[in-house]
Amino acid sequence: MSSTIYEPVRTPPPALGGSKASSVRVAKVLYGAGEASRSGIWVGIFAITMSFAALTSALFVRQGSAADWTHITLPSILYANTLALLVSSATLEMARRAIAAVATMESRAARRGLGWLLATLALGFVFVAGQYEAWRQLATQGLYLATNPNSSFYYVLTAMHGLHVLAGLAALLFVISRLAAKPAALRPSMFEAAATYWHFMGVLWLYVLFVLRTKL
Amino acid sequence: MEEAPAQQAHVHAPPEGFLRKYVFSLDHKVIGKQYYALGLLAVCMGMVLSWLMRFHLVWPRTRIPGLELLSKAGAPGGVITPEYYLSLLTMHGTLMVFFVLTNAPFAAFGNYFLPIQIGAEDMAFPRFNMMSFWATLVAFLVLILAFVIPDGPPISGWTSYAPLSAVGKDAGPGMGWGMNLWGISIAIFCIGSLLGALNFIATTLDLRAKGMTLMRMPICTWAWFITSCIALLAFAVLLPACILLILDRTAGTSFFIPSGLVVSDRLQPHSGGSPLLWQHLFWFFGHPEVYIAILPSMGIVSHILINSMRKPLLSARVIIYSMMSIGFLSWMVWGHHMFVSGMNPFSSLLFSFPTLTITIPATMMTLIWLGSLYGANIRISAASLFALGFISMFVSGGVSGFFLAQPSIDIVLHATYFVVGHFHMVMGVASIFGVFAGTYFWFGKMTGRMMNETLGQLHFWLTFVGTYCIFMPFHYLGLVGNVRRYSAFVNDFTGPLMPLHKFITIAALGTGAAQLIFIFNLIYSRYKGAPAPENPWNGTTLEWSIPSPPPWNNFGGKHPVIYHDPYQYNVKGSKGDYIMQDSPEPSAG
Repeated sequence: MSSTIYEPVRTPPPALGGSKASSVRVAKVLYGAGEASRSGIWVGIFAITMSFAALTSALFVRQGSAADWTHITLPSILYANTLALLVSSATLEMARRAIAAVATMESRAARRGLGWLLATLALGFVFVAGQYEAWRQLATQGLYLATNPNSSFYYVLTAMHGLHVLAGLAALLFVISRLAAKPAALRPSMFEAAATYWHFMGVLWLYVLFVLRTKL
Repeated sequence: MEEAPAQQAHVHAPPEGFLRKYVFSLDHKVIGKQYYALGLLAVCMGMVLSWLMRFHLVWPRTRIPGLELLSKAGAPGGVITPEYYLSLLTMHGTLMVFFVLTNAPFAAFGNYFLPIQIGAEDMAFPRFNMMSFWATLVAFLVLILAFVIPDGPPISGWTSYAPLSAVGKDAGPGMGWGMNLWGISIAIFCIGSLLGALNFIATTLDLRAKGMTLMRMPICTWAWFITSCIALLAFAVLLPACILLILDRTAGTSFFIPSGLVVSDRLQPHSGGSPLLWQHLFWFFGHPEVYIAILPSMGIVSHILINSMRKPLLSARVIIYSMMSIGFLSWMVWGHHMFVSGMNPFSSLLFSFPTLTITIPATMMTLIWLGSLYGANIRISAASLFALGFISMFVSGGVSGFFLAQPSIDIVLHATYFVVGHFHMVMGVASIFGVFAGTYFWFGKMTGRMMNETLGQLHFWLTFVGTYCIFMPFHYLGLVGNVRRYSAFVNDFTGPLMPLHKFITIAALGTGAAQLIFIFNLIYSRYKGAPAPENPWNGTTLEWSIPSPPPWNNFGGKHPVIYHDPYQYNVKGSKGDYIMQDSPEPSAG
């Protein structure tokens, strides 16, 4: 029972440039909730993973429960969508690097970062539109939610993933609007959280695609 | 308390205006109280439903005046139909498990005290916190909407087993829109709980005050933290399960409905689904849910016992590690709810072993409580009495778990009142006792006024004796084969058991009436109780270092610095017999 164990004082992460007053303000906020957003996003990712794990096990159990499982052919536009989503992760990474330079008060860097972010956002919307187009193509083949168990799981998994992607797009929009209006007010932790989440959307999509393609 | 050099970090500004202060509040303390109020409302409703059921069981033909106003079809002339009995059963279970046992010990007390006990000003994400309460409230309203729609509440039980829960109206009254409302309500509840759990975890990990290492957190903080880890995973599974159920019901999919199913003489237009799949998904959530209900109470009870005994437990660490192992094991035992569901018998055996293993950490905790109590000079108060009552209920209800964990015995007992007695004692009443203990202990901190001790102790004895009178006979009923879920026992072999049933019903009505003392005490003390000092129980943890009730930012703009383990009681050479966690005084040892 020693009384000498202290946790080191956590120094708040540096603010994204801006005046001294604003960085103090950012630091104040960060001391309260800055780091928590990092753990928060990982905890959230964990929960989402769990939900998709539950759906995966449901899919495998359902495949084995009756002989009515007919494998549907995935629309080929899905691969173009995959590419868009993966490239969006790359553009987001470029944005992150550009924005890291904002701390050195380079306004060109902020603009460049903003450009990359807009590209990420656009690719995200391309992905969502592509997913919608894939649904439409399946529908023209007569494959709807209730047509057969495989199409049921296809719609459920893609819709669940799509909803999470839309949430990611909302987060990106928020980051972009902050960065465009006053870059100094953007918390690095907020940006990091949005970026982590967006990368996770790409990983999750690869997983969903893998599950949908798997034929047991 | 030391002033930290860093400037104060306000997570949010001080609230202004009635709406921001008391309704759409971001303050974890207000949100905690909101959860408590919702839990109180739900427990009152759930209790009234259980009265109606108990009354109907022993006087099945007696009219209950006014009941026909609740449901014309369900209680024509005030007499409950067998179907409506099942509706009451479903709503009782759903209200109690989700809106009482999850809300009160975990969301209510956890929200109020977790940030304070770790020295934080608020939760990590106050907006999420508000959203989680409002989602829970909406879920509650959607659920009780089932009472007023023509269809009535569902008759599927709180577990909503497929395929009958998935086929729609054909499955009986309440299985149309009533069941839809149930599914939607639980899905919304999942979202609220997920947000809450995320908040608890991030708060515990990141907002601890200087010096508050993980092992210096009070045991109840640990319990809330472990509970939130369990809740995060459990509700993340129930949510997709509910979505699949709703799709089966409304969109014509066949996740849970098998081929060739005929319900009410109608061939269901579904094929190939697996009813067992629902049970697996549901119980994968459902068993951890049992620990979501009980772990916070274990933490609260440990916290209160230590304070009342004025000495630390034999080992706080073993309690914490036991709670962790219970949380871990809770993921491997869901199949023990399905021993009679047609699961492969080998699976039953596999689920039986980890289930029995859970008895080890549970027994370790019990032995630590009892061993610490041995020779302790415990201060008797309503709070400590309920804490002792918790141990009693936990042991009495838990012992029957040894039997039920074995498939060969469970097959005989599963559909009987034995199981009803088991889970009501070990998870229902025990958890509620933790809530009562917490209320008597913390009411002064939460409202600024102490609760009346005499009324509290009277409430304890009536409730303690009453709940034993209700739930112990359930075990005997089960052993002689009294099946559960039946709405009445008329002209069959259970006839000789009716006096016992009557005894239970009278005990239930009496114990329920005794709760009026508690409600009266709550309201009376809120306005007329003795003013609460800062530290009425001479406690050591951070909640006792701030005024009662705490200011909106908890520590008045200061950052507490933590020097000690949480339970420095009976310290030789200190001024009192205890040292506060944030006191720089040297500790014992």
